[in-house]
Amino acid sequence: MSAEKQDFLQRSKEFWNPGKTQAWQDMEVDLVIDRREGYYLYDMDGNRYIDVHLNGGTYNLGHRNPELVEVIRRGMERFDMGNHHFPSLARTALAEELAKCTPGDLQYTIYASGGGEAIDIAIKTARSAMQKRKIVSLVKAYHGHTGLAVKTGDARFSVPFLSQDIEHEFIQVPFNDLNAMEDALRKRDVAAVLLETIPATYGFPMPHVGYLPGVKALCERYDALYIADEVQTGLMRTGAMWGITRYGVEPDILVTGKGISGGMYPIACTVVSPRCAGWLTKDGFGHMSTMGGAELGCLVALKVLEICQRPEVASIVHYTASYLRKGLDEIRAMYPDFFTGIRQHGVIMGLEFTPPEGAKIAMKHLYRNGIWAIFSTLDPKVLQFKPGILATEFLAEEILSRAEVAIGAAAAEALGHDGGGRRVAA
Amino acid sequence: MDKIIADLVDQPDSPSAMRSEADLILTRAKWASEIFRGYDRERTQAIVQAVAQAAFEKAQEYAEWAVRETGFGVVEHKRFKAEASSRGLVEYYRDHDFVNPRVDHERMIVEIPRPAGVVFALAPATNPIATVYFKILSALMTRNAIVFSAHPASRECCNHATRLLAEVAERAGAPDGVIQAIDEPTIPLIDEFMRSDKTSVILATGGMAMVRAAYSSSNPALGVGPGNGPIVVDDTGDCKKTARYLVDSKSFDNGILCTADSIAIVYRSIAKQLRIEMERVGAYFCKEDEISLLREFMFGAGSLNVKGVVGRDAPLIARDAGIRVPLRTRILVAPIKKIGIDEPLSKEKLSPVLAWFVAAGKSEAFTQARATLRMTGAGHSAAIHSSDPQTVLDYATSVEAYRVIANTALSQGASGLTTNLAPTMTVGTGFFGRSSVGENVGPMHLVHWTRIAYAKDASIDISSFDGKQLKFSGPLASAPSDGVPGEDSGSRAAPPAEPRAPVSPGNRRQAGKGRPVEEHTEVDLRSEIRRLIAEELRRNRGE
Ligand SMILES: Cc1ncc(COP(=O)(O)O)c(C=O)c1O
Repeated sequence: MSAEKQDFLQRSKEFWNPGKTQAWQDMEVDLVIDRREGYYLYDMDGNRYIDVHLNGGTYNLGHRNPELVEVIRRGMERFDMGNHHFPSLARTALAEELAKCTPGDLQYTIYASGGGEAIDIAIKTARSAMQKRKIVSLVKAYHGHTGLAVKTGDARFSVPFLSQDIEHEFIQVPFNDLNAMEDALRKRDVAAVLLETIPATYGFPMPHVGYLPGVKALCERYDALYIADEVQTGLMRTGAMWGITRYGVEPDILVTGKGISGGMYPIACTVVSPRCAGWLTKDGFGHMSTMGGAELGCLVALKVLEICQRPEVASIVHYTASYLRKGLDEIRAMYPDFFTGIRQHGVIMGLEFTPPEGAKIAMKHLYRNGIWAIFSTLDPKVLQFKPGILATEFLAEEILSRAEVAIGAAAAEALGHDGGGRRVAA
Repeated sequence: MDKIIADLVDQPDSPSAMRSEADLILTRAKWASEIFRGYDRERTQAIVQAVAQAAFEKAQEYAEWAVRETGFGVVEHKRFKAEASSRGLVEYYRDHDFVNPRVDHERMIVEIPRPAGVVFALAPATNPIATVYFKILSALMTRNAIVFSAHPASRECCNHATRLLAEVAERAGAPDGVIQAIDEPTIPLIDEFMRSDKTSVILATGGMAMVRAAYSSSNPALGVGPGNGPIVVDDTGDCKKTARYLVDSKSFDNGILCTADSIAIVYRSIAKQLRIEMERVGAYFCKEDEISLLREFMFGAGSLNVKGVVGRDAPLIARDAGIRVPLRTRILVAPIKKIGIDEPLSKEKLSPVLAWFVAAGKSEAFTQARATLRMTGAGHSAAIHSSDPQTVLDYATSVEAYRVIANTALSQGASGLTTNLAPTMTVGTGFFGRSSVGENVGPMHLVHWTRIAYAKDASIDISSFDGKQLKFSGPLASAPSDGVPGEDSGSRAAPPAEPRAPVSPGNRRQAGKGRPVEEHTEVDLRSEIRRLIAEELRRNRGE
């Protein structure tokens, strides 16, 4: 590590986040990202990393995708964030496009500046529409850091801030358990079920066949709305525009964030059906957000939607997913007592390792070998492995050739063999 | 969407938008080529056969469409070229194996074919369908992916054909995206495709500017320049036959091919007799004042009048030029006194108009033929009608052309339709024509070979390579979509094992025998093609 970096990390601890800064050093991930381009990151010492974290799909289209950069650049010559009280060309244009490309009768878009805020909007909207307060989500869920969203998630993110639910309005049920879901809904006092189509922070456990449609049916039976958190599963990551449609579910509310702005300008969207849109008609001033739906963000989001819908993209996702799967299966066969499972839908992948914190070991060795992938906070034996939707065959092969070495070294460390810690030239 | 927003989002003029559009298509193509190169010969041939058959069946339809859309050429000739560039082409390369290794026992070298990857192909408006067929099939035979950019004037028929063949190929098992067409090619967009590091080779056929751009792109290119074929006729041949060949060749697709004849350079001693014979089979010789009218009409604006003459029927050109000719006229002949930039009629004409130069004898004929090709068309094609092998040899040595067609029609002969040259719609103009390839381009140019070599005095048994097979990975199995009915890991079947017969030079031919996909190639297509050609020529002669 360079003296500059050491010095910088010191200041990071002093002024930014001492705990997190130190934790990364303890995990031997000394990443300080400087330049970034496509699916590559360069840290401040000039080391290059292939990004298969992508901040949960934020950089789906690559870092600083040139088309998005151009849209922002030209957009800035005419627009800024805009005045959130007034009808706006950009916000309406994006809402129109979202209505076109989202499932079912989703029609209105309510804007936020981040995913958590958009989830809060979804919850407020559902409560207002159903005139009920309860929200059901999953055990080990994460839907954001904001007031309502944080209560739907794991205690790890609410309790330290004394922000957990104490009024029993937020119920959590285990994933893939329709009986538990039915029990939660039976009293008809639930406004909405909030589900991430594939729970990311929990390490992408995959919905069982029939689970999501089953939940949707229960919602209908017990008068609850279905909110699909598509923050990480939308925008072609499953090979379809929205993960939820792959499971045959038409939600009442859909939330998109992260990748919708290509990582260029913060924006998130809550798309709702007319059935939920009561407050928008009766009391349009009831909710406001100065930065929600910033117009520059809307322009980028429009471009993101356009790129995602090009016919080549689905094809590239399919190739990338299948090719990486083939290669990872081969690596898995080499280390069967360390690398035990692959959870996959499109380019959403979770790699399972045997040790309870196996993903942290794998992460460290991948990092040493020039790949940046993050462990799952709420299930650290699973590594999130999330390549972009425009990946080339060249990149995919490089990912595999580096992963093979890294996972071998991780296995050696985890299982106590020697020979770990090899580093290939970056 | 309001225009203000649409303009900001679309930005069709922005270089980054164009680069991204190209990049996305090429990324997909690259993926397809990566998988395709792992296909064995049987799978490859199944795809090639299916595409050739579909193309063949559509030849008439697309020939009509091309003439309708571009206004160039003759439907039946375009159909003929399309048929020859589909089933005919595949038949020609039937015994060429671009997939399996070959063992050279003598030199102790083992050669493994390595496909180029992604072929970026251009098709000219003058010869759209046959070019699309030819390039797509050449790419498929060699397990390459191909991206097509049609000339704007023939975009609709080209893109339709390209997409149709893409569908057929994928149905026959080709990787998704192996054949793609560009919706709306523009010069800057094409430039992005040519410059991209994802393009493995450019197969450029078209105008000189396009070909030069291909060569300046920094990518490998197989570019071919224009033609301007001279035909020398000496006094040793059969005037009657020569006359027929000249008229058949010049009228083929109304003179639109780059292999079309440009100037007949005839010995004075036979000029009169040849002229009479040509008039008999549909040539109209322009008189002095008519030559001026024709020159003015064709080149009056400084360059070739594309709309007025290219690929049009001779009587229509004559009419528009102000010349009265019989309706049955197949070609116009314009006698000229000199060959060079100061005589526009000696340049490439892409129409059923033939210049006519009477030479004193061998020396003058040869220098004028050289002069023709040095002006335009260097490295392309030339013809001679002579029964004296020494004259033929001297001519072929003198003239800067890589094809010299002897005693038959130049247009069809040089592109391998009626000779044993490789059938092609891309005629290499070699070093004379500032190109990297001097022969008729074909599938063999889209594959390079990895060569395993041993020391000259090594005592190894090279024949132990016979029958060894490459590890063909075949199609890519789809990754599971966990939780989606029928697509999750639970329902995923193990990929089927693929036993293959060992392949060695000895049994390679047999390897294809008895398999359903290759069965219908057992019919002698080659003779069918010959029959078609003979019929075509007979029809042309009005027999
Ligand atoms: C599924 C999901 N929903 C919501 C959020 C919250 O988004 P943001 O961090 O933009 O508030 C996240 C962030 O990680 C997420 O993964």
